[in-house]
Amino acid sequence: MAISADTIEESRDLINKAGYSFTFLSDPKAETIRRYDLVHAGAGENGRDIARPAEFLLDSSGTVRWVNLTENYWVRARPEQILEAAKLLD
Amino acid sequence: MNVKRFNWQIWVGFLLSVLAFLSYPTFFVRFPVTRDFPWANLLLGAMSFAFILIGLRRAFSPSRRLFSKIVSLLVATVSVLIMAMFVFVVFVQARWLPASKAAPQVGQKVPEFSLPDTRGQVVSLSELIATPVNGKVPKGVLLIFYRGYW
Repeated sequence: MAISADTIEESRDLINKAGYSFTFLSDPKAETIRRYDLVHAGAGENGRDIARPAEFLLDSSGTVRWVNLTENYWVRARPEQILEAAKLLD
Repeated sequence: MNVKRFNWQIWVGFLLSVLAFLSYPTFFVRFPVTRDFPWANLLLGAMSFAFILIGLRRAFSPSRRLFSKIVSLLVATVSVLIMAMFVFVVFVQARWLPASKAAPQVGQKVPEFSLPDTRGQVVSLSELIATPVNGKVPKGVLLIFYRGYW
């Protein structure tokens, strides 16, 4: 699932446009983002707090099995990296 | 009369620098091989420089008018600034990210949360992990935090 500081409406527009089928959650006040220490303060539109890019693979107990905190926001985890990491869940 | 022809090289150089800049966020960023290191854009930038140099040489040949020299210098300066901006945005500004030292690490349990989905229904992490997908309880879940406003 994907989490951002976008509003529900913005997320809905995105999934309609891109055709994503997984869950998109909205955290406009960046509360969950803050609890995960992923706030990029003032980096959004009009100086809003947004999330820095981050990917976590959790097992069924909610424990992190793999994490990717990019150092460059253009560069995200590649699908094959995540598929490789998903083998850890077997 | 010596009719000077249009100095097209300087303008091709300019257009290439604009292309080098804009083609990264709009096109090359979609493919990991041109995204993780923007070699395609740097190549376009190098081509831009080459045309700019040829254009400047042409503009500064003794037979050309002062106006042509000034315009060429301006266009060359703007092109170089565009490429400098590209390097700044992709190599410097893109790394201005918080350290996130307290973010959950491998082996740690992540904090529970509840947030609304795109239909306005509040979903919790524990619910999501326990919800069967195609009749089977999932082995795990991928949490993707993203910047938003696309």
